[in-house]
Amino acid sequence: MVRKNSRPISPHLQVYRLPLTGIISITHRMTGVILSVGLIFFVYLLHVILAGPVSYLELQSFMQQWLAKLVYWGFIYALFFHLCHGVRHLVWDAGKSFDRETLNRYALVELTISLLLTLIIFLFI
Amino acid sequence: MAEFTLPKNSTLIKGTTYKAPEAAKNVRRFEVYRWDPETAENPRIDIYELDMDNCGPMVLDAILKIKNEVDSSLTFRRSCREGVCGSCAMNVNGKNTLVCTKAIDEYSDTIKIFPLPHMEVVKDLVPDMTHFYAQYASIKPWIETQTPAPSDTERLQSKEDREVLDGLYECVLCACCSTSCPSYWWNGERYLGPAVLLQAYRWLVDSRDENTGERLDELEDPFKLYRCHTIMNCTDTCPKGLNPAKAIAETKKLLVQRKLG
Repeated sequence: MVRKNSRPISPHLQVYRLPLTGIISITHRMTGVILSVGLIFFVYLLHVILAGPVSYLELQSFMQQWLAKLVYWGFIYALFFHLCHGVRHLVWDAGKSFDRETLNRYALVELTISLLLTLIIFLFI
Repeated sequence: MAEFTLPKNSTLIKGTTYKAPEAAKNVRRFEVYRWDPETAENPRIDIYELDMDNCGPMVLDAILKIKNEVDSSLTFRRSCREGVCGSCAMNVNGKNTLVCTKAIDEYSDTIKIFPLPHMEVVKDLVPDMTHFYAQYASIKPWIETQTPAPSDTERLQSKEDREVLDGLYECVLCACCSTSCPSYWWNGERYLGPAVLLQAYRWLVDSRDENTGERLDELEDPFKLYRCHTIMNCTDTCPKGLNPAKAIAETKKLLVQRKLG
């Protein structure tokens, strides 16, 4: 047989439909990156606040914009989501909770708890 | 290094559509990945419209129908047609499975069939399994002993010791799990992948095996074992209902326990 073409790689990301656990796994990574980068902005915000009343007021009005609010609360949600899935990893590392039937249920529990924690912060702030 | 897009020679082009016979009432559409090594063309998607009133119930039956009645050049592996040999592993509608045990009725609408993901394609639905089998051989999937064999009996196992292997020995090495794993996609050269790691664990916990220490030494490696990030695609996709992710977690635990003495 004459091969006129080198062997192709079969489609992967292009065709694979990630299960909920897979989606959560990659989101955990992405929120990890977002939280790390966000920390730099967080420090910058502190810097602005400490720079005096003028910049403080400017920041205050900036944070009133809906987009700024969305990023702010998205960041808090990302923090709690990352925390919850981190706890899930600890449970897994203990060799527990691998039952196929419960995987999706616990994935939903994670998402719900992180949402609830965000809501609690929202109500008490 | 992870490459998220397909190389130039692997991107898909449009293929041929084969219509169902005019008289067919119950038509189902199958989109099948095709690649012919004897042409210089890229892989293509051929579309087959099949008469379901004249077809067996499993996805494999539809594939066989295509080969028998529509296009005899379609190439794929199959043998036992009952989920024991592990030959007919493919990606169907985004999830890896054995097509012989997967009913067509479990899907609605179009059925898309691809070879196992992120593998070198030999032809059509046949991936090159050489590396996968080499990785399997590397974990020494046989009993290794230090003590001499008993003279009057075989190496016996209690019922309880044998039960430990339940959920492990059933693996047919179809590679559905390994090729569902993003870590295996990006690091398959060095990461052993869920199927081989489940087998490695199967020999770690075999009461008759006496080389547990050496086996753990071999596995204690940032790539071979620790590229597993508990993504859980393996357990989600296993057509035999096994749990490779748990076997890997147990292996990691054995390594920690050994370190703690």
